[in-house]
Amino acid sequence: MAKPEQCSHCQKPATIHLTQIIDNKIHKVDLCEDCPFKQGVTDTEGFSLADFMLKDPSAIEGEHGALRCETCGFTPADFKKTGRFGCPKCYESFKRILDPMLMNMHKDTVHRGKVPEKALARLSRKRRLDQLESDLQDAISSENYEEAARLRDLLTEAKESVNPT
Amino acid sequence: MLITPLIEEKAELTGGGLSPEPIVLSTRIRLARNLSGEAFPGWADEPQRESILERCFERLTQLPALKDGVFLQISDLTDLEKQVLVERRLVSRELIESTDGAGVLVAPAQGLALMVNEEDHLRIQGLHSGFNFIRTWDEVDALDTQIEDCLDYAFSDDYGYLTACPTNLGTGLRASAMLHLPGLVMRGHMEKVVRMVNQLGLAVRGSLGEGSEATGSIFQISNQQTLGESEQDILKRLINILHAIIEQENNARGVMLEKQPEVVFDKIGRAFGILCNGHLISSQEAVSHLSLMRLAVDIGVFPADKRAAIDRMSMEAQPGHVQCSAQADIEPGERDKLRATRFREQFATFPTLDFSNIQWTPNPSKEEDNGTDE
Repeated sequence: MAKPEQCSHCQKPATIHLTQIIDNKIHKVDLCEDCPFKQGVTDTEGFSLADFMLKDPSAIEGEHGALRCETCGFTPADFKKTGRFGCPKCYESFKRILDPMLMNMHKDTVHRGKVPEKALARLSRKRRLDQLESDLQDAISSENYEEAARLRDLLTEAKESVNPT
Repeated sequence: MLITPLIEEKAELTGGGLSPEPIVLSTRIRLARNLSGEAFPGWADEPQRESILERCFERLTQLPALKDGVFLQISDLTDLEKQVLVERRLVSRELIESTDGAGVLVAPAQGLALMVNEEDHLRIQGLHSGFNFIRTWDEVDALDTQIEDCLDYAFSDDYGYLTACPTNLGTGLRASAMLHLPGLVMRGHMEKVVRMVNQLGLAVRGSLGEGSEATGSIFQISNQQTLGESEQDILKRLINILHAIIEQENNARGVMLEKQPEVVFDKIGRAFGILCNGHLISSQEAVSHLSLMRLAVDIGVFPADKRAAIDRMSMEAQPGHVQCSAQADIEPGERDKLRATRFREQFATFPTLDFSNIQWTPNPSKEEDNGTDE
């Protein structure tokens, strides 16, 4: 008999049944009325089946067994259910399954827009200070005092540029 | 009520902002942003959401653009207040459905609003009447840059701004225009326009349901893709397509007025008759009649200064607003009565319909002609 009429995206009753042929393979997907609209996909011609095609998410293996986000515990099955991720780190954890999806969804998979300059500048200042500190420690432990003095001056200078007194 | 200041103040979409114009009712830009190192709102537990809300409110209410605004926690609001906020397009349905840790900050005049813990930690919205993408973008961009000072955003070099849903990834930018297209609807051309717009990678939605005349011929057009292009390029593409649609709408109005003026005048005349004399008008019916009144202004049947009054009535004819103005809990039937009474009062001050001086070649849309080259 007929397969269960359930939306493959959210488990609500499916009323839209879509069949697409991609690379000579038939892909079928059942959707409820809401999901395509929620995803902003109202045009069946440009419909990105891959968004809904995360098949059997539990079968996706990570380095240590089933794939999950180390930071927040999110799994591909959660993504399939909600269409959303758990935390910013999920983008690193699921990069492998994400990139093909992004290809279908967007113009490209690389960001070309605004960058939070101030936040990144804060981060890069912090990284530079950390690097100088660690180089200084190395120089001291290898008794390279000339280099240590140079690094200490750089460090003082860098700190003063952050907090001018 | 907590939202009283928002209803009473002169606001962007009720004649208190930029002056309204034909065809493009309003321009909206929203940015999705998240805090680094925090679970997205849909995955965070209640204490996490509460702490994010507290942190955002504490820092954001200090910003110059917001400090004189209105700050609301959704859990403090009644169902009616929530509905009014949705009708004013200050919050989404998703936000008002959340039970904990959700809030909204609204800047004076309501041109900027910030939802906290909707789908993303922050949704920054800029909203203006008319066709004003450059100005709206400048304001939203500036506020976003100020927020960087006090909150660390989740950002990756490859993917840009990290969002709960990958459909918003990259710029996190959704830009949309609300268009009034009675000419294209009357000519039966909307289906063709929707197909064209979809093929160009944009989405079209009826503002109040799927496209019939009953919805007031109002359509919302927005970008779909957020990653791989700069904000300027996304806006430029959208603006160019909107110009093409505006031109089509002007042509459609011209053809209607040249070939079948009596059809257009009849629709306007009947709608005006009902608004002036009706005693029971539903919100759906109000949308469709007010849409024709706006068309009447555009083609010179009413003076141009009536456009703002019509937009204000469109806002205030919505169910939540009518309920609010009644200052009592009233049934839908009572609402229809009150709505009709307001219309009779307000349209009594309008001049009579003047079909002798029709102008159907409105000035080309003033703004955005140079794209976003800055």
